[in-house]
Amino acid sequence: MSAQFLATDSLPFCKGCGHSLVAKGIGQALDAIQGLSPRDVIVVTDIGCIGIIDKEFATHTIHGLHGRSIALASGIRLGLENPGKKIIVLLGDGGATIGMQHLLDAAHRNLDLKVIVHNNMLYGMTGGQPSSLTPCGYKTSIMPEGKADAGIDLVALVAAAGAPMAMRTIASAAMSAQIGDLLAAEGFAFLEVLELCTSHGVKLNPGKSVAAIAKEAGLELKILRNPHASPATILTEVRPSLLEKISPIAREWQRGLPWTQKADRSPSNTARRISIVLAGSAGEGVQTSAEILAQAAMSCGLHVSKKGSYPVTVGIGFSMAEVIISEAPIRYTGAGSPDVLLICSEDGLEKVKGLLNAKGRGMVYLDATLEPAFRRFLGHASDASLQIRAYREIAGAKSALLAAVSHYLRREGELPLEAFEASIRRHMGEKTNLDAIMKDFEA
Amino acid sequence: MPDNSNRSLIDGSLLMVEAAAQAGVDSFVGYPITPANLLYLYSSKRFPLVLPATDEITTLQWMSGLSASGRIPMTATSYPGLALMLESIGMAFMMELPMLIILAQRLGPATGSATCNAQGDLLLLRGINSGGYPIPVFCASDLEGCWIMAAKAAATAQTLRTPVVLLTSKEMAMTLRDWDLSSLPPLAKGAVKAFNASKDFLPYAAAPFGAPSLDRAVPGVPDFLPLGNEKARVRLTASTHDEKGDLQHASPAALANTARLYDKIVLNLPLYTEYRHMDRKADTLVIAFDVTAEAAWDAAEMLEGEGKLIDLLVPGTLFPVPPVYLEIASRYRRVIVAEENHDGQYRKILFGEAGRQGVSGVNAVGKMVSPLDILKEAVR
Repeated sequence: MSAQFLATDSLPFCKGCGHSLVAKGIGQALDAIQGLSPRDVIVVTDIGCIGIIDKEFATHTIHGLHGRSIALASGIRLGLENPGKKIIVLLGDGGATIGMQHLLDAAHRNLDLKVIVHNNMLYGMTGGQPSSLTPCGYKTSIMPEGKADAGIDLVALVAAAGAPMAMRTIASAAMSAQIGDLLAAEGFAFLEVLELCTSHGVKLNPGKSVAAIAKEAGLELKILRNPHASPATILTEVRPSLLEKISPIAREWQRGLPWTQKADRSPSNTARRISIVLAGSAGEGVQTSAEILAQAAMSCGLHVSKKGSYPVTVGIGFSMAEVIISEAPIRYTGAGSPDVLLICSEDGLEKVKGLLNAKGRGMVYLDATLEPAFRRFLGHASDASLQIRAYREIAGAKSALLAAVSHYLRREGELPLEAFEASIRRHMGEKTNLDAIMKDFEA
Repeated sequence: MPDNSNRSLIDGSLLMVEAAAQAGVDSFVGYPITPANLLYLYSSKRFPLVLPATDEITTLQWMSGLSASGRIPMTATSYPGLALMLESIGMAFMMELPMLIILAQRLGPATGSATCNAQGDLLLLRGINSGGYPIPVFCASDLEGCWIMAAKAAATAQTLRTPVVLLTSKEMAMTLRDWDLSSLPPLAKGAVKAFNASKDFLPYAAAPFGAPSLDRAVPGVPDFLPLGNEKARVRLTASTHDEKGDLQHASPAALANTARLYDKIVLNLPLYTEYRHMDRKADTLVIAFDVTAEAAWDAAEMLEGEGKLIDLLVPGTLFPVPPVYLEIASRYRRVIVAEENHDGQYRKILFGEAGRQGVSGVNAVGKMVSPLDILKEAVR
């Protein structure tokens, strides 16, 4: 059998390094697989001493970042259309330390990767610093007195994450069969190879064998299996254009009277534009109410924008929406001081207090339950721009803002009520308390 | 009277996702973050392969793996996520892996305010790679721009084999506006040029600059073969390497390859320079991007109503800075750069820390730059 996968005469590792033994074992194991071509194998290498081996392999190779080789390999597996390709990931104990989440995630998902961690118990390339896999008492350059805490039992951890196969061995010249088992396994398979770094480990820990260190650290040479691990599923589905799912809003209604009156237009901007703020509580349909209003305006041939504002908790506290309705296309979507404020909950009132005090404040439509709080804040002076009605009591909490919108539209005549009704139906179907929402609050 | 033929209430996120899909993006890797969540949501309904990652480092690594295996992946994030992605973006740049990253800006520093708009990530994007090797960064400055720039960004990622960022912001990505979908122009699908020659495959060998190409190769861009292909061995690496992909310290061949990476992005800039210049020979130019460009258009209209003209430059390609921007700016006595950050990041990138006479900024933090803000500076 000729060695077609690995050029073994120029391995780049220090004399006596276990990495050479592992590499030869991989090469031999690959050579032993009938019909396997180097084009069928992708070797993914991490940073560290192991990362300089790529050019010795005749396979596809990819060499990425420290600790990320398993995540990179996962992406390759998720993207490859041919599941028959073998992906072998080579990393050290340092890479496994940084990328432990990637390791556990790939094991948990049971992605078809064959991962070999070369555990020489320290970071060799950077001078012999300890990793999370360095055993207790093992001496390294920055801890000559020995590491204080135990190394992580990676085999146990990977098995606990659900890997079908996780095993540990000691680097030797006779490990190709074990690597062959790794390569032959279904799905995710993991091998931790214990080694001593000849440049740093041997010097600082003289006279200790790998086997003795493993025994002292409680790192058994073992194979753990999860025979019932499910194969990874990678779902792909051709999906249609998002534009196909959008319902256009046709112009069906005439604009309200204010849009045809020219008197209130500023000389510098002939396009009329009004901003409406809807303020309420999370879960009470604030954003939907705003969209219904915006689409009602669109159905009258007007331009609109709508944006939401709410705390990051989303499901609690205030919910506020700004709707701008304009004759001209809307570019800048800032509302500034709103022309109309619709407020239907304490959360909403608290949120828009600053706007209520603003100079040139517009009309306010306030739920009746909020009047005491409103008065405490703004006093008892009568105010023609303030409308107070029992929107919540009549339409319910989730439709209170819609009721306030209908009141505003009926009073100001910005849009025909029919357009608003149609927009509600478009969003909510017939199962809505339309009578309560559309009640004549002016009567 | 608006055209009512196909008007819909729509946000920029939907247009960006759909345009990216039509331009060739075929997979999405997501990690949730506000204000990029709509991009994730729409992507989950559009792309054939949608993968929820465990974090943003994983996101970029998965995307790199997908890209190396022949897919065109996309993600969407905001600054905290981008910060985690940086090292991997450098890796993908070095490996020459096409991918699209949509960056929806929010208010920083750090976690900042997730639901507050900002335009504060320019400096980070300009210096995204160690050594100053730029990647293309596009920006959408209105809803039509969301459509066109997303497609351009996706196509450029494929043409140049590189990670590309499409910059947007909370306001552009999340605000709903009415839009006539029938006005959207058709988009061309991008493509990565595959290796088809009979010669030996060198994963980082590219057509030279300044010489005619027989096979329509873009200068500086290597032909592509995916990992796992049957035709030739592929060797990819993030470390300094030669044409073969062999890791090298700082050999002339490896440094030449690294220099090519710079040239690939910068010398091909004419292929992807996108901007709008409203040129009415005014003496004042306003430069603005993203939603601030829309405020600038409004300001120009308001000023015109008062009998004063200003001109506008709206960059579609933010980085590398196309030289034409500075040439245009040099024609104006006054230049105002309006942007939603503390001290004028794009202004300083364009004109340096020292600036130049006649250059000023309009800036805002925690609120949008308004047309009035720009108008006041223009008439000052």
